[in-house]
This record gives sequence, structure tokens and C-alpha cells, in this order.
Amino acid sequence: MSGKPKLHYFNGRGRMEQIRWLLAAAGVEFEESFLEKKDDLTKLQKDGSLLFQQVPMVEIDGMKMVQTRAIANYIATKYNLYGKDLKERALIDMYVEGIFDLNELFMNYEIQPADKKEQHFANMMDKATNRYFPAFEKVLKDHGQDFLVGNQLSRADVQLLDIILMAEEFKPGILAKFPLLQSFKTRICNIPTIKKFLQPGSQRKPPTPEEDIPKVMEIFF
Amino acid sequence: MSGKPKLHYFNGRGRMEPIRWLLAAAGVEFEESFVEKKDDLTKLQKDGSLLFQQVPMVEIDGMKMVQSRAIANYIATKYNLYGKDLKERALIDMYVEGMFDLNEQLMSYNFQPADKKEQHFANVVDKATNRYFPVFEKVLKDHGQDFLVGNQLSRADVHLLDTILMAEEFKPDILAKFPLLQSFKARISNIPTIKKYLQPGSQRKPPIRPEEVPKVIAIFY
Repeated sequence: MSGKPKLHYFNGRGRMEQIRWLLAAAGVEFEESFLEKKDDLTKLQKDGSLLFQQVPMVEIDGMKMVQTRAIANYIATKYNLYGKDLKERALIDMYVEGIFDLNELFMNYEIQPADKKEQHFANMMDKATNRYFPAFEKVLKDHGQDFLVGNQLSRADVQLLDIILMAEEFKPGILAKFPLLQSFKTRICNIPTIKKFLQPGSQRKPPTPEEDIPKVMEIFF
Repeated sequence: MSGKPKLHYFNGRGRMEPIRWLLAAAGVEFEESFVEKKDDLTKLQKDGSLLFQQVPMVEIDGMKMVQSRAIANYIATKYNLYGKDLKERALIDMYVEGMFDLNEQLMSYNFQPADKKEQHFANVVDKATNRYFPVFEKVLKDHGQDFLVGNQLSRADVHLLDTILMAEEFKPDILAKFPLLQSFKARISNIPTIKKYLQPGSQRKPPIRPEEVPKVIAIFY
């Protein structure tokens, strides 16, 4: 028993990636246990490890935490990435929930049936460039600071960087109209813990290749 | 300007109802501005009131807060319904996120196409009785206390009561196998602020009627 948080999920991004990002940004080492087939999930369900029979699950500080947001909230608070007061937390929560919504669109793209993929892609790109990125560009423009909230690194910055990089995987020039997001991206990428997470060999996960999607679906459905 | 929080949403439960419950439980009076047609939403979008062009939006403490979880987190913290420390908050978050997952299923029933309703109904009842309610029954059984977390009223209790009552609208005897949830329901319903909210004439919203669904869809889509 190492005392390090232990993450239980499949070997891919999904709902666990934002948790990996937060731990990495905070400089916290963590272990991972990968679900590779349905039996792995069934075993966890049967031994009572999963409050609602689902992963993500993270063993941390004597708890078996489930529910992505609950886990992310705990880690962000524990490692001081959640603002310094209630008002900062309100802003962080608003921004992070918007990012979460965009992330859902990105995650759902992979599992769309072939005849719906094109429309889904168009919709998610439209939301990214017309709804979400303009909001964050404006936040940075209005206060002129380096970080989204409270002039210090918070989970909002970490999660925004994550979603920017994912969006660029879908459409490389997607930040073309957002100069402040471009410099934000560079700046946050250069934070030492985050720079380390972005290097090959880290625990950051690649996008799930299309051919692996059926295997992943089988674990969960 | 009354200084009271002002809620912007359509005149129904949806994603605003958990927020109404929290304010009511905390004994906080609030005003409501109902979005009744698409123009009402467009107007709010055009005047820059909606960070991500969406409602719910709540004017509170000089902010125009959006994203239902961000709003609920703020209200719960401000009115002391979020536990007394990080560990209690972790439990509350896990429980509440499970309830929100079930609520999504309950709420989306009315928006299902006719040929999918029966299966959706069966799935909702199955999840409620086999995944979610057993967990909360066990929580109450294990600690033997009146409230879910920390021996005092928290948002977890408020949201659970809301979920229970909605589930009973689906299937009146849905708590048949959960004696502790039955007594929990009676106990929490009797808390004065909540008892008041449960009375006719309060700002609690009724379930959406099938004939209203097209009108609501027209506002948002």
C-alpha cells in the first residue's frame, strides 16, 4: 500500500482524464488499475467497492470515491486548486461546468453511430467556437490576468487546457480567433507539473482509437 | 431591486428545481422570472446575461450565476448545507451526484419518443430500486442517524427527499422495500422550511404535463 491515490478505470480518457490532470497539476503521484474486460468491472461491483456500481473510482485518503465531480471537487480542494473563497469558487464552478458540458460532447462523438457522426462533429465544433471558447477569451480579456480566476492557478485553468488540447485534436486551427486562449495555452503548458504531464511517458491518455471503441463499450454496456 | 435571489427558467422543474429546494430548505425567499417563449430566452442571450447562452440563471449576490451545479454549490455553501469539512463534503458530493444521475433519468422520461417510453420507465424504476435507493437505505442503516451526512441537515437530505418524491410520482410504492427511506422521507418533510415548501401555493413546481413538452422544447431547441 503506497498511500498514493489509486485510479480505477479503463485505459483511456473518458471521465477519468480530468482527474488525472488535476492530480498531475498538483504534482501528486498516482497509481492506476485498468479495467480491460467486463469481468474486471463485475469484480469491483461484487466486492462492494463501487457505491453506484460505476467507475471512475479513486481510492484516496481511506475512501473509495466515486462520481467524477465528487472526486474532482475533493482533489481540487485538497490541493488548493479551488480558489480562495466562495465567490472565486462560484466562478470556477461556472467555468468548469461549461467545460464539462463541452467535454461530454467530445466524449459522445466517439460513440455516435456512423450516420450521426458528421452532424455531431459540426455541432460540437460550433459549440466550442461560438459558445465556450468566446466565454473564456472574454474572461481573460476582461481582467487581463494570467489565470482564469483569482490570479492564481486553479482547476479552471487545468480543465480549460485539457479541453483546448482535445479540441485541437479534432480541429487543429480551432483557436485561430482566440489570441488570448492561444497565449493561455502556452503559459499553462509551461507550468512545470503540467509540462511534465504533457511529455511522452506520462500517465496522460491518448484519444481512444476508433477500433478500440467496441471493446470499451463492452466493458460498460 | 429586492435583494432576493432571482431565478430565470421556464415555469417547471427541470434543472432549476434542486435550486428552488435548496433555497426553500434554507428559508431564503426568492423571485422568479419565467422564460415562456423562445424570444424570452433570446433576449437574455442578447443582453449578455447568460455566460453560456443557457438557463438556469440565478441573480444572486451581485452575480448572474449559470450552470445548475455551480449555483447549487454556492447556495449550499452559503447557507451551511454542505457539511462541516472536506470529508463530509466528499460524501455529500458522492451522494448528490448519484441522485442527479437518477434525476436525469426521471426528468427525461417525458421527453422520450412514445415508442421508447415503456423501456425508459422500466429502466428508471430498476435504477431507482436496485442501484440508488439501496445505497441510501444502507447509509442510514450503517450510521443510524437522522441525516445522511454529519448528523445534521445538508443538501444531500434535501436532494434525496426531492428525488424520492419524484420517484413516487412514477411509482407510488417505490419505497416499499426501504423502511429507513420511508421514515427519512417523513422526518425531512416535517422540517418547517421544507414542510412549508411542500404545501400548495409554494414555489415548488409540479411535474411537467405531456401536453406542455412541445412548448418547452420550442423554447430551448
